[in-house]
Formats: sequence, structure tokens, C-alpha cells
Amino acid sequence: MKCGIVVFPGSNCDHDVYHVLSHVLEQETRFLWHQETSLEGCELVVLPGGFSYGDYLRAGSMAAHSPIMAAVRRHAEAGGRVLGICNGFQMLLETGLLPGAMRRNRDLRFLSVDVHLRVERDDLTWCSSYRRGDVLRMPIAHAEGNYVDTGEALDELERRGQVVFRYVDAAGRREPAANLNGSERAIAGICNAGGNVLGLMPHPERCAEEMLGNRDGLGLLAGAVAGGGRVGVLAAAGG
Amino acid sequence: MTTTPSSAAGEPVVDSALAADHGLTGEEFGGLCDLLGRSPTWTELGIASALYSEHCSYKSSKIHLRRFPTRSRRVVHGPGENAGVVDIGHGWVAAFKMESHNHPSFIEPYQGAATGVGGILRDVFTMGARPIACLDSLRFGEIDGERGARMRHLVDGVVRGIGDYGNCVGIPTVGGETGFHPSYNGNILVNAFALGVCREDRIFTATASGAGNPILYAGSRTGRDGIHGATMASEAFDAESEAKRPTVQVGDPFTEKVLLEASLEAMRSGVVLGVQDMGAAGLTSSCFEMAARGGAGVDIDLDLVPLREASLTPYEIMLSESQERMVFVTQRGQEEAVVEILSRWGLEASKIGRVTDSGRARLTFRGRTVADMPVEPLVDGAPVYDRPAAPPADLRERQRAVDCEAPEDPLRALRSLLGTPELGDKTWIHRQYDSTVRSNTIIGPGSDAAVLRLKGTPSALALTSDVNPSYCWLEPRMGGRQAVAEAVRNLATVGAEPVGMTNCLNFGSPENPGIAWQLRECIEGMAEACRAFDVPVISGNVSLYNETEGEAVHPTPTVAIVGVIDRLRDLGTEGDLHLVLGCGFWRPGDRIVLLGSDSGEYGGSAYQRLLQRVEAGRPPAVDLEAEAALCGLLRQSRRAGWLSGCHDLADGGLLVALAECAMARGIGLRGAVGCGPLALFSEGQARAIVTVPGSRTEDLLAAAEAGGVPASEIGDVGGDRLVLDFDGGTVDSAVDDLRRIWTEALPRAVG
Repeated sequence: MKCGIVVFPGSNCDHDVYHVLSHVLEQETRFLWHQETSLEGCELVVLPGGFSYGDYLRAGSMAAHSPIMAAVRRHAEAGGRVLGICNGFQMLLETGLLPGAMRRNRDLRFLSVDVHLRVERDDLTWCSSYRRGDVLRMPIAHAEGNYVDTGEALDELERRGQVVFRYVDAAGRREPAANLNGSERAIAGICNAGGNVLGLMPHPERCAEEMLGNRDGLGLLAGAVAGGGRVGVLAAAGG
Repeated sequence: MTTTPSSAAGEPVVDSALAADHGLTGEEFGGLCDLLGRSPTWTELGIASALYSEHCSYKSSKIHLRRFPTRSRRVVHGPGENAGVVDIGHGWVAAFKMESHNHPSFIEPYQGAATGVGGILRDVFTMGARPIACLDSLRFGEIDGERGARMRHLVDGVVRGIGDYGNCVGIPTVGGETGFHPSYNGNILVNAFALGVCREDRIFTATASGAGNPILYAGSRTGRDGIHGATMASEAFDAESEAKRPTVQVGDPFTEKVLLEASLEAMRSGVVLGVQDMGAAGLTSSCFEMAARGGAGVDIDLDLVPLREASLTPYEIMLSESQERMVFVTQRGQEEAVVEILSRWGLEASKIGRVTDSGRARLTFRGRTVADMPVEPLVDGAPVYDRPAAPPADLRERQRAVDCEAPEDPLRALRSLLGTPELGDKTWIHRQYDSTVRSNTIIGPGSDAAVLRLKGTPSALALTSDVNPSYCWLEPRMGGRQAVAEAVRNLATVGAEPVGMTNCLNFGSPENPGIAWQLRECIEGMAEACRAFDVPVISGNVSLYNETEGEAVHPTPTVAIVGVIDRLRDLGTEGDLHLVLGCGFWRPGDRIVLLGSDSGEYGGSAYQRLLQRVEAGRPPAVDLEAEAALCGLLRQSRRAGWLSGCHDLADGGLLVALAECAMARGIGLRGAVGCGPLALFSEGQARAIVTVPGSRTEDLLAAAEAGGVPASEIGDVGGDRLVLDFDGGTVDSAVDDLRRIWTEALPRAVG
């Protein structure tokens, strides 16, 4: 699959995603500069982690207004695949392609640690390597990953099955202690109603090779390029 | 321009009193006047005071630094460049350096530490190398109780500052060390290390050459921050130091990140000849040092320097330490190509002058020459002092042997030690640093040595930083030796061959003969060890005047060494590497073997300091031959793939090391040693514990015997308790119980 990774000034996980897509999954992968206005035919667009524009305002808020984001929005609205990781997830919230917002982590500190995630959906191409209920281990590295929205909006999100990953303990249980950044409903990753736009705070690209001691993230990136079709949903989701 | 430089209206009259205010001695000022053939202008005085400062000139340490070996078949660039460079094989080189940011961090911890990281990253990428890892070596004073309130604030600020900067730029912090000791109550130490890699044909140097070639200024605009930062870092603190807050620079990691990317791209363009960042002493040191390296001169038009506010004077422009600024020398007529790259990254760049063959730095401002000084004599001819050195008057008292009492209950002693911030788990710090970005980290913080794969090659790099200030205080030469030996040993635990060393020498005032002696002795001890292990010193930094009202810090020569693992696959299967290269038990049934012998060393030990509340005697003796034999055995065993884990014995001794192995994954051990309860806490050197599958025990023991390394099987990995029989009793504890004490120690202390 033709993959594009958007490079914003301040992106710092762009090379890591490139490495996995290009060298591990052997996909045709290129970087897309934030000032470009075309996705150059890329079927998968990745918004990588980092501190775009320094994140001196709210994380991801400046990047949401980059020239390339208009093209990303058109791609998403046409059913194209968009994956936002960490800062990329924050951008998707800021553009409104995904609902909700991020606050500072509960204890107001940057958190760099491995967390456990429970896979909540396995009917999305993104998750085609996983089974619902699988517990994955992935690193997080962020200061603003405390997901929030109104109670109604969260209920709606749950009802539509848009919660894709949740922070859990190693046994897969939702425990406050396992939800380190304090996210509402332990939300770690969500998709849009169409299932073609996915955002998550953990970094699958950092745990996609055996040599690094953890390959739990490879499945997600493999899912991102699986099938070759344009639609993210394999089967109709509830709601 | 040939007009004689002159002071402008309103500028102070330069005389010896004003020079003294700038930290110049009468003799230095006289020499400066002789050199110029006249009195310096106000701007020239500022420039000379920065170049002659201890921080820039190394005037008190230069004579001792010559003791370090600096060459090997791998060294590409030794000391003198922004960072040292060594060959790491497969067509790659590594550039690295360590630098202090002690003084600013004490005054303004967040910005002080942040800009320390920024400065060291620029030192690495100005060499053309992409930074891939940072280490931080931190020393704080007492953090307990009411007295520790300010220190807790410093710990918090420093850790946040390092984290926010490195995390934003996207360079993983993969290790380092954090120590606490009352000697740092008045002066904390923040030593930042950065490592970068690049293809061997892509290395750049900070050289200005080729008369007529343009000099470009890039990055942030120049403001009033950090003026005289280098001079501040060359003075002791007193009651007035709080007033120095304005000399601390303010960092902007986002600008650093785009400067990094833009600089590396510009260097790939083929038109850049030399690059230098503006660090200590800002534009002054970058212009003078680049010109000196190229045997050239520079003409700079200060009107062309981008300013934050128009009212800056030439003096302020030359001495500002505003962060995230660089100087490029390009081929004549090619500067636009560089400007274009920089502007694509949103950075300002402007031509501020050109290289000349005059050998002089000539600065003009609003049509007037404000400085015209010979470059080489000011840089390379800066004063060099052989300061009087003598052992401190109380040395004999320090080294007086004291009896160390054996613990009645070794388990209670172990629990006490694990519950101190000194030996407690440092996760509270590490988890504020991104340690996995760039996806190379196989072993991150909290282990003997960090291990990073090198993408596209079969090899890996290992890195560690070490020093034991108590040992150095008790016997500086032995302490210096030990710092190097421990670093080499830490690398050997992961099978890495040391290829180069950098250091950061943190001491009090060299004008005190006792401190000058400590400096000389530590360097001598380090140099002895470097020669014994064949480790060249390729870069480094000296930070003196770390004292407040006459109270100096413990001598702290921080050592960082980088090692190479040629073929990772030899060490274990791909899926096991992150387990076997760590120091925690992970496979029940593995045999535990203790390597090395102990002679009962308690001087300066954690047991003596933290439990007996004494710091006296001789530190552990370092037998360089025994160390080399142990390290050779460890590397051989690693390459043969025998080891499933390895941990060196360091602070706290054998029992602490075994507990650390057990606490890592909550897997215990059952074993027995033939020593008494006190020896469980001895810090005898040249020792390590390794784990091996039973089938490899014979191979390991035979290799140990052949290598002359004492080895004894002391037990097996397994269960959830640490059970160790010793001569006279048994230590028996649930691992989880120890783990709780250990993990809670630091969070509780920093409150």
C-alpha cells in the first residue's frame, strides 16, 4: 500500500513509523511535507508523534491548520485511511476528525512507560491482526494524553463502538491504577464512525520488532496496510 | 576596515578595575593590552573576559588534561572539536560529549537543565551526526525534611527541564545516574551527555576557512539572556548569587528540533564548509574558535545580527547566550542554498560577515569598528595556570581507618539501603523522560548500561555514565580510576568493547590548593585506567568553582563511555536480547555465578555512609589487571552467548546487587555464600554476578579459570523470595516486599 507520513516541524516519530512501514512491512512509503497540499496518491496517511510547532498552544492545535490538513480531511471524508499516533491523535481531535480533547496527564507529568491496552474492536481492518479482548503492551510517551469529552458524547462514542483501545492492567482489567494519564473511560484510542480514521496515544511503531523486545504494535501497522481497500470497517459496527 | 576600534559615547572607560570586575587578573589585563598594543574597548574587554574565563579557556585544568590518552585506531576527532568522534564500524562513526550546566541549574533549575540538554545536542549535530541518545548525571544535596525543601524544588525543576527539552526534540534519554549527598547542598551538578551517529564521510568540523567565504547566522534571534553566563560558570556562589538569575538562558526545544533537521539537511547539501553552535560565550566563542581552527580571521558586521530588540549594544550582542543559534560557513556564492533550506524549516538566516586571511576578528557596528583583535593568541594563547596543589589539610583525618560494624540483621540493613533515595529505584525520574523514541532502545534506563541497536547494521552501541564522589573525596586518584573502571565494567556486562570516553570534571575552586590537588589526582587516576583499558578520551568538559561560601562539592569527575557490540546476534536470540542484556533475573532455574574476589572494602561505601553515618577510610582498591580480566571474561561469555543476565557489583555490594536482580521482575533466588554478614555489603571492585543456563556453567567456570577470574556458583534463580545463606545466618525476604521499599523510596523523598 502507498503510505504517506506527514512531517510537521517538530514531528519526531516520523522516522520510526517510516522504518516499520518501509523496512519491516515493506510498503511503498514516503514523507509528506506539512506545506504540501496533495497526498500524492497515498492510501494510508499517518500523522506521527512529536511536538508539532512545539505544541506551545494546545498539543496538535497548530498542526491542525497546516496546509496539508485540508487534504488529509478530504481523504478522511472520502473514506481514506488516516492513522494518528500520539501527537497525531491530538491533531485529529483538534481538526474534529475525531471527537473529544486532551488534557494534561492526571499527575501533570510527562509519562514514558509501557502500558497495557485491551483491544475493543476486531471488526476494523486496523485490528485485523488482533482479537477482541486481546491485551497488548505498548509504550506511551506524552504529557497530554488525558482524553476527555462530555458524558453524553462519551456515551455516544461507546454506543457507536468507536472506542478501539482502552488502558487496562496486564490481565485485561480496567483498573484506575492502569489508566495512568487519567483518561475518561480509560480511553487510549478511538476511531470515527466510519472506522477509517484511528487515533491512539500509545506508540505501535516502537514495539514492532522482536529485537526491541515487543512486537505487539506490529499488528496494528500491518492492519493499517492490510487489504488495500479504502474502507476501515470489515463488518458493520453496532450503532 | 582599518580604523582603530573605539568606545562609543556612554560606554564605560576600560581600566584595570573594570577588567577586575570582569574576572581578569591584573596580569591578564596587562597581557591583553600588550596583545592589542592599546587599551581594549568595552566590547573587546567583554570578549576577552569570556574567552579567558575558566569555562572557555580551561586555564586551570589544561595542564592536567594533557595526561589523558586521546588516540586510538578508532579516534577520528579527539578533544578540541564540538564533540569527539570515533569509528564504530560498518562505515559509521559516533560523535559524543558530556557537558555541565551546574551553575545555571542551581539558580534556575528548569531552564538551566533544559538548556544544558540543548547545548550538548547542538555540540553533537554540528558535527553532522544525528543525536540518538542522551544520558544525564545528576547530583543533588539532602532532600529530606524542611531543609530539603529547596533541594526537592531543584530535583523537580531539573528533571522537568531535562524531560521537556529532550522529549520535545525527540532524543531518548536512556540512562544516567542520580546521587544525593550533603556536599551538593549549595551546588548541584547537572551533567548532560549526548551521542550521535553518522556515516563516516559525513562528519563536519567547526572550521572557518577560505578567505571571502560567507558567514551565516541561523536560528533564534539574539536577546539579552545569558549575558556573561560563561563568566558566571567560572565563579563560586555567594549570598548574591540569586541576583544572577538573568544570566540563565531560556531554551526553546522546538527551535532546537527544527534547527537540528535544517542543519543536517544543509550539511547534506554539499555547500557547507563549517558549522559551529553558539554555546557558552555565544557569538564570541563561535567566531573566535571557528577562525582559530581554520587559521583564519573573520569580519563581522554586528548590524546584520538578527536581534530581539534593536537596543542591544555590540557588547551585549557578542556576549549573549541566547539559545538555539548556529553559525555556518559556506562556499562563496552558495549561501542562498543554505538560507533556502533553513527558511523551509521556518528559520531565519542572515549573512553576518565573511572569512578573511587577516588572522583577526574585526567587528563593526553602525559604521564604527568596535573590536579588532588577533584570533589565535586570544584562543590558543589564553592563560594557562599551574595552580599550586597540595593534599587538603584534613586528608589524613578523612583516610583514618574506621571500624565498620557488622549488621545484626543484614536483611534490615538491606531494607534500609533500598529505602534511601540514593539506592532506591529511579523510575520516578526515568518515566518523565522519553526513552524509546527513535525505536532503537533495547535496554533503557535503570540497567548497568543502555543498549541501542544501530539500524542497518548487525551491531549495537552501549553507553553508561559513572562516578563515585565519596571515593573521589577520600582518595581522588583511586576514585578517578574507579569511575573509569566501573564504566568499562558496566559496558562489559552487555558484552560491549569500550571505544571512547568523555567526561565532565566537577570540582570546587582551583585556586584552593586542596581542590587543585583533587583535580590533578582524579585526572591522574582516570588517565591510568584509560591507558590500562585502552580507552581514549575524545571530548570533555571541566566545571570548576562548584562551591558556595568556601564549601566545595565532593570531587565529581563524571565519566561516560561508549562501547560497541559487534554482532548482537552472538549474544542471544533476537527475542531474548532485551532480557539477556538486562540485569534482572527472568528465567527460573538459571545458575547464579559470582565473579571476582572480595577483600572487604567499606571506605566510602553505601553501608558506611548511609547506615553507619561515617565517610572515612580508604575507598575500595581498584586493581586494573583484575578489572581487565573480569571485563575480558564478561565480553567473551557474552559473545559466546552463555549469559542470560549480568549485573556488576557497585554501590551497596553483593546483597544489594542480588536484590536488584530479583526486584527487576519479581523473580527470586535461593543461594549461599561463604562470607559473613558485613561482607554482604563490601564494595570490593572487579566483581559481577552472572546468570547462565545450567548447561553453560561448565563453560563459564572453565573460561573464568583460564582468564584468572575467581568464580563461584552461589545459587539458582527462582521463586518469589530472596533467600541467601551466609556465614552465620540467612537473609530471607519476599521479593515483593523489597520491591515495595525500593520503588517507594524516591517518590516519597521528593514528596
